[in-house]
Amino acid sequence: MTVQTERPPSGPADVRKSDDGPGRPQPRAAERTGALAPYLLLLPACAATVLLLGWPLLKDLLLSFQNLNMGQLIQHVTEWNGIDNYKEVLTGEDFWRVTLRTLAFTAVNVVLIMLLGTLVGLLLARLGKRMRVTLMIGLVLAWAMPVVAATTVYQWLFAQRFGVVNWVLDKLGWHSMADYSWTSGQFSTFFVVTLLIVWQSIPFVAINLYAATTTIPGELYEAAALDGAGVWKSFTTVTLPFLRPFLYATTFLEIIWVFKAFVQVFTINGGGPDRLTETLPVYAYIEGVGNQHYGMGAAIAVLTILILLGVTAYYLRIVLKQEEDEL
Amino acid sequence: MKRSLFGRLWPNVTAAVLFVGFVFPVYWMFATAFKPTGDIIAEDPVWFPTDVTFEHFQKATGVDHFWTYVGNSLVVTILAVVFSLVIALVAAFALARMRFRGRRGFVIGFMLAQMAPWEVMVIAMYMIVRDASMLNSLVPLTVFYMMMILPFTVLTLRGFVAAVPRELEEAAMVDGCTRGQAFRRVILPLLAPGLMSTSLFGFITAWNEFPLVLVLNKEAESQTLPLWLSSFQTAFGDDWGATMAASSLFAVPILILFVFLQRRAVSGLTAGAVKG
Repeated sequence: MTVQTERPPSGPADVRKSDDGPGRPQPRAAERTGALAPYLLLLPACAATVLLLGWPLLKDLLLSFQNLNMGQLIQHVTEWNGIDNYKEVLTGEDFWRVTLRTLAFTAVNVVLIMLLGTLVGLLLARLGKRMRVTLMIGLVLAWAMPVVAATTVYQWLFAQRFGVVNWVLDKLGWHSMADYSWTSGQFSTFFVVTLLIVWQSIPFVAINLYAATTTIPGELYEAAALDGAGVWKSFTTVTLPFLRPFLYATTFLEIIWVFKAFVQVFTINGGGPDRLTETLPVYAYIEGVGNQHYGMGAAIAVLTILILLGVTAYYLRIVLKQEEDEL
Repeated sequence: MKRSLFGRLWPNVTAAVLFVGFVFPVYWMFATAFKPTGDIIAEDPVWFPTDVTFEHFQKATGVDHFWTYVGNSLVVTILAVVFSLVIALVAAFALARMRFRGRRGFVIGFMLAQMAPWEVMVIAMYMIVRDASMLNSLVPLTVFYMMMILPFTVLTLRGFVAAVPRELEEAAMVDGCTRGQAFRRVILPLLAPGLMSTSLFGFITAWNEFPLVLVLNKEAESQTLPLWLSSFQTAFGDDWGATMAASSLFAVPILILFVFLQRRAVSGLTAGAVKG
């Protein structure tokens, strides 16, 4: 197409790439007016993205260079203070501790989710129909539980008194757990949060992985068997390569979801005890909104976004490349 | 090829154990909600409630403003889903069916927008909404929820539109339809299942949203159900019966929708968002 049109504003990190097919050399008049149509159709979505996503992102960046506490907030004054917020955040010990904690938390959760999710998915593929449908129903129920409701239920399961988990542990002979308070320790709180997140995330991986295995042609396994491949060998040479794109995409999504998990961490214990279970999103919220250092909170938010981009950069490249290949 | 007894047994046993593990929290929520308080705080848990009571539900729904929260949640969620479906549908049509310069860029842009860390942007959103004097209103919530689900909706619907055979549309145009008519009369009806399952995920996101409404709306008249549920435990202390009744009420609409629409939604998810 030779008609140049003004492009409407698009997403924040829009990569422009020429998409010229072997177009016909002489565009007719109808085509010329039609050339505008896709941009017009995309206009509402792009305008919404710029206004409702781009603006908050920009605003966050601007706020991060301001001294904005309760006083300035009430009086509506803008006090620029350069990179003071960043200096304060980056030289403080808290931020780095929270960052390391968040990275470790994300790594543990994602590894567990991917590993167990894959195993459950492969199990689904192996089961008979009736048992498979039964397990699927269980998975779907866990998947569908609204996060706030699920968090409340886990608080009840792990309640110090009358909580079912403590009762079971006690009956199994671990008597010191009879009145154990799960939310008083850093590790025990993280244990509950991790269990909650893994429990809710496995179904997505397992069900989608099972769906993906059903698309593997059976002939591939027959060919592998003819070549003398055992169960393990046919798994690594047929199943795994076939599922690789899916596994990349899912790992990528899970990293993002776990990294920015706010509700689970925040509602289980408010980042406590002693702020020891704050992850970056919770830290940004408590510093910014809770302690009313809005500028600081905005700086933490900007750094959090940069860290998230850094962590996912590798996968983002792969996933975008896969996407481009299919476009 | 015949498998040994053990080989046939262990997958089923594992599956049964997993089933119990996944279902138990959900089951325990409902079981606790219907149990009399005496059974909830019994020394040994009552695994299968024999006496059923509705007192916890009465308590949960008897909270001040309960019906306001329900109304707010419904209004915000439904409007956000409908707006995003309309906006996304036209965008998805362009992305799936038209060739134009920059198409790839738009798709990647929406993929990046889908990653947006809304949870950490609440401060900026608070300032924007406050400067517009719109705190404690449902309008910013609706608009931002619409945006939260928009990229996903665009990408998923693009998959569904692409799956409708182009020949159908061309046939309609040969028969004298304009492109718009062909879209309305041929593609739209075929997209109905896709629209339904896409809206499911949007519905869940908006229904669950917590951080933004927590920051923006401090007045009860403009709050939504997630806030009611999360404050419930603080307000009612260790009244687990009422808390679980509240959780059940909040979860039931989603559970029902999900179980009915899940199969199609999952295939849509893989066809649209992941595979492209």
